[in-house]
Amino acid sequence: MPTDPPPIAPATALAAMGRRRFLLTGWPWRATAFALSTVPVALAAWVPLAVPALLWLLAVSPDAGLGERALLVVLGALLAAVLGPPVTLPLARLERRRLRLVDARPARSGHRRPSAPGFGPWLRTRCTEPATWRELGYFLLVAALVPVLYAALLAVLVFQFGAAAAPLILLGGDGPMALGPVKVATPADALPYAIAALVLLPAVPYLLALVAGAQAALARTLLQHGSGERLQAELVEVERSRARLVDAFDAERRRIERDLHDGAQQRLVALTMKLGLARMDLPPGSPAAEGVADAHREAKQLMTELRELVHGIHPRVLTDRGLAAALGELADRSTLPVAVDADLPGRPPHHVEGTAYFAAAEALTNAAKHSGAARAEVTARWDGGVLTVEVADDGAGGADPRLGTGLTGLADRVAVIDGRLLVSSPAGGPTVVRVELPCSLSEPPSA
Amino acid sequence: MQPERTAVRVVLAEDGALLREGLAGLLARFGFAVAAAVGDAEALLAAVAEHRPDLVVTDIRMPPGFCDEGLRAAVALRRADPDLAVVALSQYVELSYSADLLDSGTGRRVGYLLKDRVVDVADFAASLHRVVEGGTVVDPQVVRQLIRRRRDPLAELSPREREVLALIAEGCSNAAIARRLVVTEATVGKHVRGILAKLDLPQTDDTHRRVLAVLAYLRGQG
Repeated sequence: MPTDPPPIAPATALAAMGRRRFLLTGWPWRATAFALSTVPVALAAWVPLAVPALLWLLAVSPDAGLGERALLVVLGALLAAVLGPPVTLPLARLERRRLRLVDARPARSGHRRPSAPGFGPWLRTRCTEPATWRELGYFLLVAALVPVLYAALLAVLVFQFGAAAAPLILLGGDGPMALGPVKVATPADALPYAIAALVLLPAVPYLLALVAGAQAALARTLLQHGSGERLQAELVEVERSRARLVDAFDAERRRIERDLHDGAQQRLVALTMKLGLARMDLPPGSPAAEGVADAHREAKQLMTELRELVHGIHPRVLTDRGLAAALGELADRSTLPVAVDADLPGRPPHHVEGTAYFAAAEALTNAAKHSGAARAEVTARWDGGVLTVEVADDGAGGADPRLGTGLTGLADRVAVIDGRLLVSSPAGGPTVVRVELPCSLSEPPSA
Repeated sequence: MQPERTAVRVVLAEDGALLREGLAGLLARFGFAVAAAVGDAEALLAAVAEHRPDLVVTDIRMPPGFCDEGLRAAVALRRADPDLAVVALSQYVELSYSADLLDSGTGRRVGYLLKDRVVDVADFAASLHRVVEGGTVVDPQVVRQLIRRRRDPLAELSPREREVLALIAEGCSNAAIARRLVVTEATVGKHVRGILAKLDLPQTDDTHRRVLAVLAYLRGQG
């Protein structure tokens, strides 16, 4: 989480009030601008509230019965909930901008991004997130408090400027005039009030900054994302970065496989072929021929080992032909008879394919090694955004995924991409290992 | 050793430069005349049009797409000239590819081998000659996988019969099978009849038709 550097300049109007020379900065003017521009905002906030407010007024009228009151209150609240957001959503955006007048810190929206394009998902997201309703609450408060607060503020200002100007007005002989509770008839009477008002004049900017600052603090609390939402956003980000890591890891494996295949493997095949040719040109039975024959055998052995190693890093057939073909090859390599039933209308993303493949490979290895199974079955399906790969064997069962088989590591890998690894292995069998990986499919597999 | 043949003219397509050179050397060493050695499917088609070779040896995956360009070129060539001998080399067993190729042309003069076979130089050269002479050569590993995949219809075959079937699919004659398995030719004949009977295939003396019948049968189950 980024922490703000120690403030060199005050970030808000409230903070600026505590500084000397506050009156010489721009803050009083900014506070004034904020207070003035609040008036149209408050008016706009009243637009969706007019009808519900009327209902609430009726609810508190003396001649309404209890049931009627409750009904009116609920109805008003419902209307406010329906009519409010269309006005308060854009208004909140404006309000976060306007906040900069008295608060230099950025205010980020607490709204989530809709899960999918289109009006439906947008509406669902907006209705179910707290930010929308906090914004509505803010504007309800503004609509209710601003008229009262600003009326009082205006009265104070009128009184102060009236008092300051009173001696001059009375010199014109328009007396007597009322200064709030007192009446003054002559300039001389008015002079102490005028002096007091002039002495108190510097307090006006402080008063404005106080009002604007208080409102800004309220706006800040209600209009920007809360700590819970931030935590959620960060969690999502962490998950995404983990998925990115897995993706990168998988891409790296594919790159290593390709480099080995295009480099070492090709050269080894060419070398082995040369040794094979060299054998032919040596007299049979000579020591040289035997040596070259040995070398040829070694090279062939090495070719096999390297092919297995590279295949373990990432099977070429998986990159080239996709999951269904790779599962078929996996079945062919297994020491068990394995039936494969893979029916996928397209190709999952690479890292999902890889995870599914290695999970199936691990499950088949376990089936062949530990279960005493006579046969196994691999099924791959994609349905409703979830790829499901299932490996079933008719062995003795009793496999425990926690017993440090390779399945534990696979479960982690599966979890990272939001998938699930399920193992069912009752004593006496059968064992079923099932991987569910949420993903979308890309282009249909090449024919 | 081998009887003198007129040099078989070959067009070779393989995108790996090292392997291409190696293969060209191998072919020359075994008396083939390499008319052209190219690195992609387009050049392969052009070279075949220009040189009219007796045999095409091509990698299945080549630039630009590294998908099945070589194979598609091979199938197209066979369609244009069903008598052109074609041997495809594959990195790994790919049953649908082998089927595509074996279905092309008349089903004769065609081979599907794993790339790694080239290191057994004499066997590889012999396979090529078998294809040129009208045979069908399928990599033993492909045959094994075909048999594994179709385990159930072939479950009736004895292990010995499966061995014989695999050798038939490789294009071996009864005599060659007898030598390999160290049995008499009569025994091989008995196995072959047993296989054909168990798989309910018509009897015939033509090895290749037998092979194709077997392969077609195996594929047809899928």
